[in-house]
Amino acid sequence: METTINAHTDLHRDDTAAKLGMWLFIFTEILLFGGLFIVYSVYRYLNPVAFHLAHEELSIPMGLINTIILLVSSATVAMSITAMQKGDKKMSMYFVAATVILALVFLINKYFEWGSKFEHGMYPGSELMALLSKGDMLFFSLYFFMTGLHAVHILVGMALLIVTFFRIKQNHVRSDKYALLENSGLYWHLVDLIWIFLFPLFYLIH
Amino acid sequence: MNKENSHISSYKDHLMVLSILITLTVLTVAITSIELSAFNTAAALLIATVKATIVLLYFMHLRFDQKVYLIMTVLVLALLVVVIGITVFDYIDR
Repeated sequence: METTINAHTDLHRDDTAAKLGMWLFIFTEILLFGGLFIVYSVYRYLNPVAFHLAHEELSIPMGLINTIILLVSSATVAMSITAMQKGDKKMSMYFVAATVILALVFLINKYFEWGSKFEHGMYPGSELMALLSKGDMLFFSLYFFMTGLHAVHILVGMALLIVTFFRIKQNHVRSDKYALLENSGLYWHLVDLIWIFLFPLFYLIH
Repeated sequence: MNKENSHISSYKDHLMVLSILITLTVLTVAITSIELSAFNTAAALLIATVKATIVLLYFMHLRFDQKVYLIMTVLVLALLVVVIGITVFDYIDR
């Protein structure tokens, strides 16, 4: 093949399609969590009193701190793309690293938040859970499932960002070829997007 | 097309968007801490929607990217709104 003459030329590269693929995946995620939000809303509508009382068990300051952490991490990943577009490889790597660290802080908070519930015997499948009224049980089951699924997304996002970090380091991702960074960034913003709705639904509304 | 692609948001832009998002978050917490019954939920969801829109348009770059991404996102969100609407009317009418 004649294209092999220049080893640095990428064969058939299509950034638009790569991004479109990430968006399509994001759409499936939006519909997945959208469905869960509907389940939550319906059960809340059917058990208003229980949901109101159960939500008071959650710590608003904890939720607020985690919300702000995720918002800041969204900004840092966006700024890593800005740095990349400006050709500042080092700065871009710093911003990606900062995002991963913030994600880790979010998970540590989550660990303490869930941990205090677990200490009180409140976890999926526990004896205490089985004794709860139907409304309480629904609230906490949905709380653990939805924030748990969100935490899994945080883990996937972190893995993606760590891979991106090393791809930047090895110059596989660079200022003229940064689709991977953009796509990891998009995924990370999705994680933030979901939390933007989880926070008011579980912690605030009453 | 290339012009739209090469739009670079400055650090300052991102920090501005971030400060707006944090302000809105604090605002939601403040509003929902007051007893306003049904208005509470509506306000919290409205602010969350505004925040999500800002994230989609600026952080996720939909405003500056090729229009195809924006159009598809709007269609998917419209589908979600329709499904939520149908469910709401179903339960209200029972």
